[in-house]
Amino acid sequence: MESRLQRFLLRISAVLWILGGTPVSAWAADEPEHDVEPLVVREPERREVRVDNIDTEDFEIGVYGGIMDIEDFGSDTVTGLRAAYHITEDFFIEGTYGQSKLGQTSFEELSGGASLLTDAQRDLTYWNGSIGWNILPGESFIGSRMAFKGSLYLLAGAGSTEFGGDNVFTINAGVGYRLIARDWLALHVTAQDHIWESDLLGESATKHNISLTGSLTVFF
Amino acid sequence: MSLGAAGVRHRLVALILFALLGSAPIANAGWFSSEQPDVYVVDPYLDIHTGPGRGFPKFYVAEKGETVTVLKRRTDWFKVRTERGKEGWVPLSQISNTRDEGGELIDWGLIGRDGFVQRRTEFGFAGGDFDGARTLSAWGGYALTPNIMLQVEASKILGDFSDGEMALASIVLTPFPEWWVSPYFALGTGILHIDPHTTVVQAEDRTDEVAHAALGANVWLSKRFVMRMEYRRHTVLTSRNDNQEIDQWKAGFSVFF
Repeated sequence: MESRLQRFLLRISAVLWILGGTPVSAWAADEPEHDVEPLVVREPERREVRVDNIDTEDFEIGVYGGIMDIEDFGSDTVTGLRAAYHITEDFFIEGTYGQSKLGQTSFEELSGGASLLTDAQRDLTYWNGSIGWNILPGESFIGSRMAFKGSLYLLAGAGSTEFGGDNVFTINAGVGYRLIARDWLALHVTAQDHIWESDLLGESATKHNISLTGSLTVFF
Repeated sequence: MSLGAAGVRHRLVALILFALLGSAPIANAGWFSSEQPDVYVVDPYLDIHTGPGRGFPKFYVAEKGETVTVLKRRTDWFKVRTERGKEGWVPLSQISNTRDEGGELIDWGLIGRDGFVQRRTEFGFAGGDFDGARTLSAWGGYALTPNIMLQVEASKILGDFSDGEMALASIVLTPFPEWWVSPYFALGTGILHIDPHTTVVQAEDRTDEVAHAALGANVWLSKRFVMRMEYRRHTVLTSRNDNQEIDQWKAGFSVFF
């Protein structure tokens, strides 16, 4: 309201300046000694603050690596990509894509030659979408001189895993710690349980598969 | 000396090039270069935290009348640099009381339900049930008006005996966008690919066209966050004699911009 009034007054002043200013200066040329007070003091042009133009860094993207323990099939390395969007300081949504490899089941190892799966079926890939909650944000201290910014967070979500050649519905739940090394750089340690149903070894059963990973991410 | 046709053309090309090159940086200023505006503190003080969150301690206070430079933003926290060179984070609730060079309040673009009504794009993720199988979907939408949105969606279907993918395009009509629980209906079409599991004997992959009608509701939760629930009826246009009708339920979340 105030600014509208100001603008209106400015506009009137501008019109007065255009209408009144030109004849005054023409007239003033005849009598150079006569000092005319300017009607309007022109202010330097003001830069309007546009909040949209402030650099916003709500996205986080990065890579991770670690180990994944796949029920019945042993442990192997896991690598992947993660991307997150921070909605508020408390909540974020995250998508991950990872891959690992199925090892030998105890049966395969004991039986000697028998193989349950082909090599291609031993490739495990997964993706999931999760909601994250920064449950314990704050500074952590090592000794009395070093303080680290970060947050302990909880993850829960759903996705799909290509396991033994088939896609299975996968629920995940996890906990992680994000250490903010720089404003734009973070390190994570994440433990996640990937839960799916499988009938690959006969009876359909719920399988818990734990991954333990470290990530390096950047904010942009 | 008179200009020939070629001369005129050259001048014209030069003029157009000049106009394009000259105006491009201005047109793109908002996209590629970010601003770092100076704002004045008018409250008695401005608390500055070490990090972008309430869990990070205040370590400095900018005083009334001081200018701070806003460097960047993360969620609802703003990184500022004071006149004395201290850098830290200030919450939206405090920085929204600062003034611009002319002493006027700044529009910090608080996002409320109105922001959802006026949204241009929306991205979401949902889980659901597709005739007994689980589905996971990701979608993106572009709003033509507050009432009409064009939407594309990719779904993964995970059943006990088969899995599949579905890609859909639809038009979403929202008659009352300003309601807190805002119902909508949608019509769309796409393709459905079903791939039986390896443990199932003698089953073939198949790809069919699908058409659907849907009824759902958006619930604005906070800021850029929306919850969405939907019921859909798909008609699978199979190559067999009968078309197949499939019910789908889903619920999910989306963010809008």
